[in-house]
Amino acid sequence: MKEILVWAELRDGRLTGVALEIMKKALDLATLSGGRVSAVAIGRECRESAAELVAHGAERVFVVEDARLDLYQADAFTKILCRLIGEIRPGIVLMGGTSVGADLAPAVAARLGTGLTAHCTDLRIEAIEGLDQLVMVVPGWRGNMMVKIVCPEKRPVMATIRPGVMERGRPEPSREGEIVAVSPDIDEKDFRARTLERVRESEESALEQAKIIVSGGFGFYEAGGVALLDQLARALGAVTAGSRPACDAGWVPESRMIGQSGRTVSPDLFISIGASGAPHYTTGFAKSKLIVAIDKNPKAPVFDIADFGVAGDLKEIIPALVEELEAKE
Amino acid sequence: MPLNILVCIKQVPDPEQFDRITLDPATGSINRAGIPPVTNPVDRHAVEEALRIREASGGTVAVLTMGPPQARKCLEDALAMGADRGVLLCDMAFAGADTLATAAVLAAGIRSAGDFDLVLCGNESVDGATGQVPAQLAEALGWPRVTYARKIEIAKEAATALVEREIEEGFLRVEVRLPAVIAVVKRINRYRLPTIFGILEAGKKEIIEVGCAACECAGLVAEAMGLAGSPTRVAGVFQSHRKRHVEMIGGEPKEAARGLIRKLKEMDAL
Ligand SMILES: Cc1cc2nc3c(=O)[nH]c(=O)nc-3n(C[C@H](O)[C@H](O)[C@H](O)COP(=O)(O)OP(=O)(O)OC[C@H]3O[C@@H](n4cnc5c(N)ncnc54)[C@H](O)[C@@H]3O)c2cc1C
Ligand SMILES: Cc1cc2nc3c(=O)[nH]c(=O)nc-3n(C[C@H](O)[C@H](O)[C@H](O)COP(=O)(O)OP(=O)(O)OC[C@H]3O[C@@H](n4cnc5c(N)ncnc54)[C@H](O)[C@@H]3O)c2cc1C
Repeated sequence: MKEILVWAELRDGRLTGVALEIMKKALDLATLSGGRVSAVAIGRECRESAAELVAHGAERVFVVEDARLDLYQADAFTKILCRLIGEIRPGIVLMGGTSVGADLAPAVAARLGTGLTAHCTDLRIEAIEGLDQLVMVVPGWRGNMMVKIVCPEKRPVMATIRPGVMERGRPEPSREGEIVAVSPDIDEKDFRARTLERVRESEESALEQAKIIVSGGFGFYEAGGVALLDQLARALGAVTAGSRPACDAGWVPESRMIGQSGRTVSPDLFISIGASGAPHYTTGFAKSKLIVAIDKNPKAPVFDIADFGVAGDLKEIIPALVEELEAKE
Repeated sequence: MPLNILVCIKQVPDPEQFDRITLDPATGSINRAGIPPVTNPVDRHAVEEALRIREASGGTVAVLTMGPPQARKCLEDALAMGADRGVLLCDMAFAGADTLATAAVLAAGIRSAGDFDLVLCGNESVDGATGQVPAQLAEALGWPRVTYARKIEIAKEAATALVEREIEEGFLRVEVRLPAVIAVVKRINRYRLPTIFGILEAGKKEIIEVGCAACECAGLVAEAMGLAGSPTRVAGVFQSHRKRHVEMIGGEPKEAARGLIRKLKEMDAL
């Protein structure tokens, strides 16, 4: 387990947040096991990101720069990572479980013939059968159980971690590291699947990037819709979302439905209002850092997964919150 | 140009009843007795997409699953939707597989079942929920892949497919050479329900069974199957304690609002 390699995903030429979250975890593991952390960045231009990775604890950063790698290219990225892993032989490879990482990691693992564990919520080193092993904890059956997974023999051990699951570390500009340029060594054959362009639909990303989400449920029926929800969102600088009935009623667009059939989010603060808290719904935000529930019914199950609760009528609570927030400005 | 399409479908315990799954603390084993099996929800959308492509450009649709004998049921359901034939990969040697060994057996089963231009999958199952199988299946077949597909257009001469592939901030437009593995998300389509006619017809369609021996003929060694071929191991299962400890903030609306905002500021959340 001497070397831990982190694949640091870039988006728009900048490091993704999850890359830094994983760096912190990798550094903690390296400290425990006496190893070191390397990172790899693939893209058009990676120098700035490489410096940032060094500040976050990478002793070596491999940069693979090529204009053809500006957008995610599944074949080419797979080939580059496999070759690099083959050369530096890390004991552990950690990757962000973004929509791109979730495509890249399994292909790399399969080509290397090693094990991959998806959506880890924790990584620790534990002695199992007399050997120190990387234990990867994953939620099973929608989080009803936690499963510990190990990869006893094959190397590297690979794992993906979803954005927002781990804490980011602080950069230390005094840290030093080596930046190693690696030639991509790709040709036409490595574009059997070719990404032609990227189309932005910011609506979709607003939820993932939101620090604060306020989500409304069927309880807004009485209040005649979600004008109140919008007011609160404005006062908080939050993005709105909703439960299934709120989307069915057209108060919130379908693309912002939270839950099993909708989106999974983990903002810093999630405020659920007038939603009873069915597991189908709560599974979509259970990982948020802080959860506030507001509901008329003090026995509503939504309070079971909240950090703070207010039992009351949203028609009274929301205006009071808005007034309080605006008074402080 | 007609296409021969194969769709991978998985049988899973009904996700509506996951809260009935319990853990025996003594043995550490999972009990899901009494939870009815269903087809992994997104896999129905994959079957639907295959049927639509067949309706537009001709060809055939086969459905394939790896699982216990009762997994035949999800093949029958897909045949009732309109698929032409089924392949059941069933053998004790396949049991206990992680995604790598699953993908290896699926690839061998596909090879032994015929020549295909396109393999469709769901993007993720609801039980294992790794989303790893489609990309690993593509590797095992030596084919390119596109996952998170929300729209597929087959080019006229059927040499490539143009795919809209979801990402966090929108989508990527990807052109992929066939044969390829494409994994779809639910929003790609609305799937049809079987008609009475479809159900009657399904009874006449063929389901072939493929076991360990046939997979070996297709070039897969027994050591690469099931638990033996799985690099990962489950080291333990524990009940998650998801409940947070809620602090109720009482008082008149104004008081409660003020109390809540103070708490959130203390927690650095505002
Ligand atoms: C809680 C839990 C966690 C797990 N974690 C891991 C892990 O981290 N790493 C690991 O390697 N294994 C893991 N496994 C084992 C894994 O679930 C099995 O290998 C399973 O056979 C395939 O993976 P999946 O269900 O995650 O499929 P996914 O990759 O989520 O499935 C995507 C698609 O692949 C196709 N597909 C998948 N399985 C079949 C099948 N049997 N027949 C036909 N088509 C299929 C379907 O189209 C499906 O929609 C885990 C299992 C459990 C229960
Ligand atoms: C397969 C399946 C998938 C599903 N997927 C999803 C999903 O992804 N997302 C999802 O959200 N749902 C999903 N559902 C539906 C889910 O089971 C619940 O039915 C739904 O979440 C309930 O929404 P709600 O809490 O808004 O409504 P309700 O359960 O009706 O709750 C309304 C709440 O508002 C409160 N209320 C009423 N008036 C007021 C007031 N004036 N002030 C304050 N509070 C008030 C009530 O006390 C009540 O608690 C799914 C269901 C199935 C079967």
